[in-house]
Amino acid sequence: MADIIEAAVIDNGTLFTLRELCRSSGAHAEVIIEMVEIGLLEPQGRDPADWRFPPQSLARIHSTLRLRRDLEVNLSGAALALDLMDEVARLRRRVRALERQLGE
Amino acid sequence: MEYKDYYKRLGVSREATQDEIKRAYRKLARKYHPDVSKEENAEAQFKEVQEAYEVLKDPEKRTAYDQLGQNWREGQQFRQPPGWDQGGFEFRGGGFTGADAGAFSDFFESLFGGGFRQAGPGGGFRQPRGEDQFARIDVSLEDAYRGATRQIALENPMVDAQGNVTAQRRSLNVRIPAGIRAGQQIRLAGQGALGGDLYLEVNIQPHRLFQLDGRDVSLTVPIAPWEAALGTKVAVPTLGGEVSATIPAGAQSGQKLRLKERGLPGKPPGDQYLVLKIVAPRADTDKARKLYRQMADELAFDPRAGAWS
Repeated sequence: MADIIEAAVIDNGTLFTLRELCRSSGAHAEVIIEMVEIGLLEPQGRDPADWRFPPQSLARIHSTLRLRRDLEVNLSGAALALDLMDEVARLRRRVRALERQLGE
Repeated sequence: MEYKDYYKRLGVSREATQDEIKRAYRKLARKYHPDVSKEENAEAQFKEVQEAYEVLKDPEKRTAYDQLGQNWREGQQFRQPPGWDQGGFEFRGGGFTGADAGAFSDFFESLFGGGFRQAGPGGGFRQPRGEDQFARIDVSLEDAYRGATRQIALENPMVDAQGNVTAQRRSLNVRIPAGIRAGQQIRLAGQGALGGDLYLEVNIQPHRLFQLDGRDVSLTVPIAPWEAALGTKVAVPTLGGEVSATIPAGAQSGQKLRLKERGLPGKPPGDQYLVLKIVAPRADTDKARKLYRQMADELAFDPRAGAWS
């Protein structure tokens, strides 16, 4: 029986710097800067040195890189896919809620 | 180990051209990509497709695979042919798709292991320092409410002394804190590949009774017309157990009542909402019909009064 590992919850107040995101994803800073330029990531702060990224950015970067690698899409294509998937997820939740209200 | 029919996996014939193979792969990759797909077992399916493509896209590997012969069937017990030993083939620079190393099957490893693994400029997977890993974890609403310890299985690529990549399987027991919310991430420091962190994105499974919205939960409560009209007390389930809720007189269908702080714990804790749903009894006995007629005669009630004006 392995030890039990305590999980640290990343709440919405946790912010990441550009350097931390580079380390986490193994991506070059230029790639992440490009993701900001096409609106895939929306950091607070003016220039790259001051940028602070919300916690969802991590998963978004990893998904984008995987989509780019596996499906041979560029960053804009990956951004479009992620936006549409967010929308689909939102609509699915809405459908479930409405179906339930209708009493299934 | 079991034989894998890579052609079948991609849905192409053994005579397929490289272009046909590429098209088939791209289509299936979109269908099963774990970041996009809602298919069941998307991740496992995607790995299978990737493995098949890894072999068939590379003419050298494809030729070697074809030499096994056509008589093998998917899932059939397979042993490496004598003298295989990657005989004559050096799988070098075939352009590794960058699929997570160590994720391929034993069948693949036995055919294209060692030599192939060391090849490939940059290797894709041999990071000087550990990248963070991401995974999703399904948590029941009850576990999110109470907190729970969950076992998760991980597969990490490991580079051994000879430079071969092998899959290291391990399991972790993770404490999920009470009050975790859907979409939230939890970090397990140092548990990723090669010393990186492991992030788990929490997916809270749909619940039989409760609908979740942030930390709030809602529950549909069916009530009789007279309970709605006159008010009553009903026993309702909450995540923390049954409580008694007061339905005020004059309640209407669709009306929401709030049970303060009966949702998921946190700062602030969530609430539970009761969504009232008035259910009218059937008029399937003389008695019931008589009561309905009496109401129709004696109550001056028009449910559509003003509704369409």
